Amino acid sequence: MNQWAFVIAAYAVTLAGTALVSLISWRGMRSAERRADQLSDRG
Amino acid sequence: MATLRFAGLAIDKMPYWRCPVGPATDAILMHRFANPARFLKIARPLTGWLFWLGLFLLLIGAACGLFVTPADYLQGQTVRILYIHVPAAWLGMGGWSGIAIAALMQLVWRHPLAAIAGRAIAAPGALFTAICLMTGSIWGRPTWGTWWEWDGRMTSMLVLFFLYLGYIALANASARQGQQGGVSNVTAIFGLVGAVNIPIINRSVVWWNSLHQGPSITLRGSSIDGSLLWPLGLTLLGFSLLFGAIVLMRMRAILAENKVEARMQRLARG
Repeated sequence: MNQWAFVIAAYAVTLAGTALVSLISWRGMRSAERRADQLSDRG
Repeated sequence: MATLRFAGLAIDKMPYWRCPVGPATDAILMHRFANPARFLKIARPLTGWLFWLGLFLLLIGAACGLFVTPADYLQGQTVRILYIHVPAAWLGMGGWSGIAIAALMQLVWRHPLAAIAGRAIAAPGALFTAICLMTGSIWGRPTWGTWWEWDGRMTSMLVLFFLYLGYIALANASARQGQQGGVSNVTAIFGLVGAVNIPIINRSVVWWNSLHQGPSITLRGSSIDGSLLWPLGLTLLGFSLLFGAIVLMRMRAILAENKVEARMQRLARG
């Protein structure tokens, strides 16, 4: 198999994993902070 | 009795101030950020900076590693996997070192943010360990002729991945039981004891015969030629900053969840 196929596979795995954990963490933070802010606004 | 103050904090009034050797400067500085509000004041702007700067450096380093550096005379094009495999290994091991430091701070100094930091590090640490294993395996097939070998380096790295899974399971169980920050003392001890695997991973290529090459980058220098090495610095720094941003995001999420939980409990009590 062409060596570039292995290189592309390795970069794709890394990109997908890093993007996924970044997105999950960002969404988790946004929704948790929004809930906390809404509760604070209610007093 | 006069209140002992440092940097605006009443040190002797802190419930977690149980240091038997007295107020050392480093401990005082450590407790300066024990207040979640003070921590959030720094963490909020820092998250974006770390994320975007990390992403920028990472993309530049990866692009240079893919298209600018020459192919290796022995490994050919597959040497380019180095620019993502090494940072992933560094963050997998660095992540567990962070968990061990947080565990020590939780157990010895009862730092209120330590448990939250340990829990926040676990998931990205596990992910980068998995990425290290997968990219290593992808590199191994064309280079060694095998996807996997049960040698010291790969096996100890796989053990690290299982340690992460165990830590995440324990931390989640603690969170369901309402432990502070979701990390019980048992989980913290697990994090501390698991750190014994870090020097084993590091020295595995020296202690045992291995398919994996010996240490390429040491304090004395690098055996990798400079023309191939330079983008590694960019990806290493980029991934590290991104990792820091992800940990801060997860810490902020846990702090907000704790705030909501405390508020709901107060409302339920009337």
